[in-house]
Amino acid sequence: MKKLLAAGGVIAVAIAALTGCSGGSGAAASCQNKIVHSDAKQVTMWAWYPNFEPVVDLFNKNHKDVQICWTNTGAGNDEYTKFSTAIQAGSGAPDVVMLESEVVPSYVADGSIVNLSKLGADKVKSNYSEGAWSDVSNGGAAYAIPVDGGPVGLLYRKDLFDKYGLTVPTTWDEYAADAEKINTATGGKTLMTDFPGNGRAYQTALFAQAGAAPFELSGKQDIKIDLNDEPSQKVLTYWNNLVQKKLVGTEDSSTTDYNTHLVNGKYASVIAAAWLPGYLQGFTGADKTAKWAVAPVPQWDTANPVQINIGGSAFAVSKQAQDPKAAAKVATEIFGTEAAWKLGIEKAALFPLWKPILESDYFQSKAYPFFGGQQINKDVFLTAATDYKGFQFSPFQNLVYDKLTDAVNSTNKGKSEPEAALKTYQSTVESYAKQQGYTVTK
Amino acid sequence: MTQTAVAPPRQRSPRTPRRRDMVGLRRARWGWAFTAPFAVFLVAFLLVPLVYAFVLSLQNTTLAGGTSWVGLANYVKAFTDPLFLDGVWRVLLFAVIMIPAQMLVALIAALLIDALTTRFAKISRLLIFVPYAVPVVIGALMWGFLYSPSFGPAQELFGLVGLQAPNFFSDSNVFGSLVNIVTWQWAGYYMIIIYAALQGVDPSIYEAARVDGANAWQIALRIKIPMVASSLLLVLVFALIGTLQFFNEPQMLRGMASGSITSNYTPNIYAYTVAFSYHQFNYASAIAFALGLVIFIGSYVFMFATRKRSGLMK
Repeated sequence: MKKLLAAGGVIAVAIAALTGCSGGSGAAASCQNKIVHSDAKQVTMWAWYPNFEPVVDLFNKNHKDVQICWTNTGAGNDEYTKFSTAIQAGSGAPDVVMLESEVVPSYVADGSIVNLSKLGADKVKSNYSEGAWSDVSNGGAAYAIPVDGGPVGLLYRKDLFDKYGLTVPTTWDEYAADAEKINTATGGKTLMTDFPGNGRAYQTALFAQAGAAPFELSGKQDIKIDLNDEPSQKVLTYWNNLVQKKLVGTEDSSTTDYNTHLVNGKYASVIAAAWLPGYLQGFTGADKTAKWAVAPVPQWDTANPVQINIGGSAFAVSKQAQDPKAAAKVATEIFGTEAAWKLGIEKAALFPLWKPILESDYFQSKAYPFFGGQQINKDVFLTAATDYKGFQFSPFQNLVYDKLTDAVNSTNKGKSEPEAALKTYQSTVESYAKQQGYTVTK
Repeated sequence: MTQTAVAPPRQRSPRTPRRRDMVGLRRARWGWAFTAPFAVFLVAFLLVPLVYAFVLSLQNTTLAGGTSWVGLANYVKAFTDPLFLDGVWRVLLFAVIMIPAQMLVALIAALLIDALTTRFAKISRLLIFVPYAVPVVIGALMWGFLYSPSFGPAQELFGLVGLQAPNFFSDSNVFGSLVNIVTWQWAGYYMIIIYAALQGVDPSIYEAARVDGANAWQIALRIKIPMVASSLLLVLVFALIGTLQFFNEPQMLRGMASGSITSNYTPNIYAYTVAFSYHQFNYASAIAFALGLVIFIGSYVFMFATRKRSGLMK
C-alpha cells in the first residue's frame, strides 16, 4: 500500500512538473482583449500603442471571419528582443507584429517578416504618402503597413519665449541666436534644448535634414555606407558648437530627469515628433504657467525646406504566421477605418499616416488644448508629414544607433572633434557590415 | 570444534551481503525516482541550453550569407576583441575593489555584533541584512533615483555644507557609484555568514585568551579572524564568480547614466547587447563561454592560492 502511494506521488509530481513547462505552446492561450466571435480564425498580435484595446475590440466586432488576439509584450526594444528570440527559436512569434519603421529593414534582411505586396498591401498603397510607403518597403515591395508617423516640428514654451523676447526661429542661425539669448537672460537656468547622446533617431533625422542619406541597399549583399558625409559633419559641428558653449544640455533623453526637465522650464523648446505631446501631458513636475506652441522645424535653407521624421510604426506579418493572408488582412484593416483612427487620435495621440483621415477636415482643424487651442496639424505637422520623402535605414540599425551614441557622447564630453567622431562612426559600422558578409561601397 | 566453527560463517556470508545490497538498491531506486523530475528540469533548462549555446558559438550566421561552421573562430574573435577585453579588465578591477570592500564591512559588522550582545546588536544585525532581501533590480533602480541630480537628496545634503554634489553618473564616478550599490546590498549577506561562523567558535578559547591577557582587539584580530578564515575564503570564491559575471546593476542604470555605462561595460552586458540588440547570437554565445572560461581559470587560481587556508583542496 505504502509503495503504491509513493509511486503515485512520484508520478503526480513528475506530471505536474512536466505540464508546467509545456504550457503556453500552440493555440492562442492568453489575449489581453476579448474574442467576440469564438469560431473565427484567430490572429495573434503584439503591439504597444497606448489605449489600444478599444481599437482591437472595434475590429473584432466588425469582422466575423477573423479575430485578433492581442498582447502587449513591451515597448520598442523589449518587444524586439522577444520577437527576435522567437524567430530564432522557430516558434512563439506572433502573426502580426508592431514594428517601428526604422527596424523594418533589419527584419526584412533576416527574413523574419513577409512580403505583403501580393497579400493585399498594394491595394492600400494609395492611402499612404510616398515617404511613409517607402519607409516600409524594400526593393519596391511593401513589408509592413504604416500606422503612425513622427513628423517633426519645434515644440516651444510660448510663455518663456515671450518673457525673454525670443522670436520663433525659422532658420538654424536664428535658433542659435535664440539659444544665446535665453542662456544669457536666465544665467544658464533655462537652456534652449537638449542634445542627448542617446538621441538615436533624433540626430539621424537632423543629419537627414541637411541632406545625409547614409545607406543604400541594392540586392541582398550590397550596401553603400556614408555616415561621415558633409551634411552630417555640418550638423554635428553646429550642435557641438552649442554644446561646448553650454547653450544646450547633454543629458540622456527618455530618463525621468530629462522628462521632468522638458516640462519644468529647464528646456525652452524641444525638436520633436507629433507623438511627443501625448507624453508631455503626462510628465510630472510641470510648470503650472507653461504655455506650449508648435512651429515648423528650423531650416538650413528656407527656400528649400526639408521635412524630417522621428519614429513612426507599422504592422508587419511574421514568417511564423500560420495563415499569412488572414494576418495581412488584419494588418491592413485594423487602422484602415475612420472609426479606428478617431480612437487612435483621441485616445492615443497618434499621428495618422492613413490619408483619408490625415487629409480630413476633422484632423486638419483639430484644436489641441495642450497647445492652447492651436491647430497644430494644419500649422505644422500636416506639411511635415506630406512633404516627408522617406529615409533608408540599415539592416543593422540598432548597432548603427549604438555607434552614433558613442560618437555623440564623445563630442558632447569634449573627448573628440565632430570630424574624428564621425570618422570612427563610419569605420566601425563599415567593419561590422563587412563582417556580416556585405559588400560595402562608399 | 574448528570444523563446526568454520562452516556456518561460510554458509551465511554469501547471503547477508546480498540482503543488504537489496535494501540499499531499493532505497536508491526511490531516491532516483524522487529526484527524477528535478533532474529533468536540470537537463532541460541548464544542460541542453548549455550544449545548444556551445553549438551556436561554433557557428556563424551572417545577414547576407547564412549559417556555417567556423570552429573556434568566434572565440579567437572574442579574445582579440578590445570591447570584450575591456569588459573583462573592468570586472577584474571591480572584483579587486568591491570584494575587499564588502568583506571589510561585513567582517567589522560581524565582529562588532558578536562582541556586543545587546538588543542594539540584534536590531543592527537585521538592518544590515535587510538590503540583501531587496530584489537586485529594485535596489538598483532605487539607487538610480538616489543618485539622480533632480530627484536624489545629494543636492540638498551637499548644499547643507556648501558644496556642489558630485555627478554620480559621470565617467569617473560611475565605478564608485556601482561599488557603493553592491556593497550596500551584499555586505549584510557576508556578515551573516561570518557571524554564523563566529558562533561556531568554542567560547572557551576566548576565555583562555583572556586568561593569557589578550584584550578585545587582540582577540578579534588574532583569534576570531583566523578561525573564520576558511569559511571566509569559500565565500570569497562565490563572490569572485558573482562579480566577474556583474550584470544586473550596471544594466539597470544604463538608461540613467548618460553614456558612462557603455554597451561593453561588463562582458555580460556585452554578450546581452550583441545577442539581443545586434542579433549576433553566435558571437554572443562565444562571448558568454569565453567569460565562463575566464571565470573558471580565475576561481581555480584563487582556490589554488588559498588551498591551505580553505582546506578545500588536499
